Amino acid sequence: MDVRDLLNEAMAGMLARPARTALTTLGTVLGITTLVITLGIAATAGNQIVGRFDELTATTITVEVPESRTVVVAWDAIDQVTRLRGVTSAAAVAETKESANLTVRSSKIVDPTRVTDQTLTVVASSPSLPQAVKGSMVEGRFFDAGHLARKDKVVVVGEHAAKLLGITRLERAPAIFIGRHAYTVIGILGAMKRERNLSTAVMVPPTIGRQFGLKDVTRVLINTSLGAADLIADQAPLALSPGNESLLQVIAPPSPTRARDGVQSDVNSLFLILGLVSLVVGAVGIANVTLVTVMERVAEIGLRRSLGAARRHVAAQFLLESTLTGLTGGVIGASLGLVAIVGVSAAKQWTPVLDLRLAVAAPLAGALVGLLAGLHPSLRAARMEPVDALR
Amino acid sequence: MPEPVIVLDAVSKEFPTDPPVRALSDVSLAVHQSDYVAIIGPSGSGKSTLLNVLGLLDTPSSGSYLLDGIETTVLRDGERTRLRGSRIGFVFQSFHLLSHRSVAENVMLAEVYRSGTAENGRKGRRARALAALDRVGLSHRVDFPPDRLSGGERQRAAIARALMGGPSLLLCDEPTGNLDSHNTDAVLALFDDLRDQGLTIVVITHETQVSGRAKRRVRITDGLLVEE
Repeated sequence: MDVRDLLNEAMAGMLARPARTALTTLGTVLGITTLVITLGIAATAGNQIVGRFDELTATTITVEVPESRTVVVAWDAIDQVTRLRGVTSAAAVAETKESANLTVRSSKIVDPTRVTDQTLTVVASSPSLPQAVKGSMVEGRFFDAGHLARKDKVVVVGEHAAKLLGITRLERAPAIFIGRHAYTVIGILGAMKRERNLSTAVMVPPTIGRQFGLKDVTRVLINTSLGAADLIADQAPLALSPGNESLLQVIAPPSPTRARDGVQSDVNSLFLILGLVSLVVGAVGIANVTLVTVMERVAEIGLRRSLGAARRHVAAQFLLESTLTGLTGGVIGASLGLVAIVGVSAAKQWTPVLDLRLAVAAPLAGALVGLLAGLHPSLRAARMEPVDALR
Repeated sequence: MPEPVIVLDAVSKEFPTDPPVRALSDVSLAVHQSDYVAIIGPSGSGKSTLLNVLGLLDTPSSGSYLLDGIETTVLRDGERTRLRGSRIGFVFQSFHLLSHRSVAENVMLAEVYRSGTAENGRKGRRARALAALDRVGLSHRVDFPPDRLSGGERQRAAIARALMGGPSLLLCDEPTGNLDSHNTDAVLALFDDLRDQGLTIVVITHETQVSGRAKRRVRITDGLLVEE
């Protein structure tokens, strides 16, 4: 028997009672839809959760530089890191135990009655610090390469430090004293998303930092684009200090894949069970209807046997019919599931995550359900004696 | 003289009921090509059992049955099925047409289980079905669903299906049982034509109108066959 003939006969058998076939597929449709939604929503929601902390942690890398008598990371090495593909911003910072407890006071001209002596941290940083800490200038500006080149005596204070020092406006170029030396405040840095402790710090250019023992880079802050953190964590030490990369300690975010897997497994298990139960119900439905169909088509089976159909031909036809019913349910279920995932994602403004393997596996699962459900009725049809079937 | 199409030699069939029923007793019968044989007898006489044996739908308990010179009693189930599909055309009282397929598709069904050979392949199958329908005078009904045909037309469609592939034997079980006299005449006239064209026909019937048209009549009573 030609395979095309077999397919043709099975399709004709299915379409002979379209309403019944449609109702039979319903169980599989529900099962597969539940499974696809479960797996798809879990993946989408899991990705969303990871995506949320991606913005804060999954894209930030900190490189700690150990104290050393030689220069491990030069100030201009930041340029090498910034050039790496996937790095969105980077800055070098120098901070020591001594620099964390320096006495800072604002100019007495600002407010002669105010006690302005504060113990603040002084940090030397490269000009790219605002981007690296994802902050913004509340007032004024950050120092740039020009300030460094001219060795200008300028500083930027953190937002909270500015309050402590009583500095709110910069039009009159207020000065602060660090130790005995005066420096002009040219900006107030605030709204930092990382290194928030810099809010109470005074940031100075590296050229001035030397005066407070801030000669060498102690920390490098790097921000990457989403998904690039792992790669940059590998590459950054080499870019910062070729030959000394093993000395550097890289603090990288946890792998997003692991985090997502964790979320998925929690959400999935319950709904997976629900989907499987629906599938079993669907399979029982197909088995029942196929059995009824076999009983109703006894005369047809007899006719086919009289026309030369072997038992295996009869079995194959009923098996194919139930498999096609399952496959149809699988295709419809997978489609409905995918539409539901996209719909939920759109409503929640999430990015839908669709595993293409799921789109292929779901209809196949439906077909498998149909195949298994059709086994018993098909064998029963095949076992019928033509004499009895034609009676 | 050519070899007979059917040779039954001392065929018996017993059903293992309690007590056992002997439906056929030492039945011997030879049917040659172009024979038109009517098997007649009352209900329960063994007519249907004989038809099942002749149609390879059932196997005799003892005896020998040669179809086209092939000893069928030693064949396995699959071989018997193949032989049935290729050598025997069945015509049933209740037509057994698939209601959701067109007349032509019903006729084409006869070749579905024989495909594999060039003369039974998918290519040209519809043309062969149309030729068979033309032979029974149903060219104008090829794409009709069977439900829209008259009883006589349905039986002619079933005969067209039986003629597909050129069987050695047309085996008919009460072919006019569901027809009025007008349609019965039409079907019987068709059998006459087919016989004239060289087809071997065996009709099982209890209608005298049908058996009267046959060239040869055998009567079966209590499992015993007697030539009339």
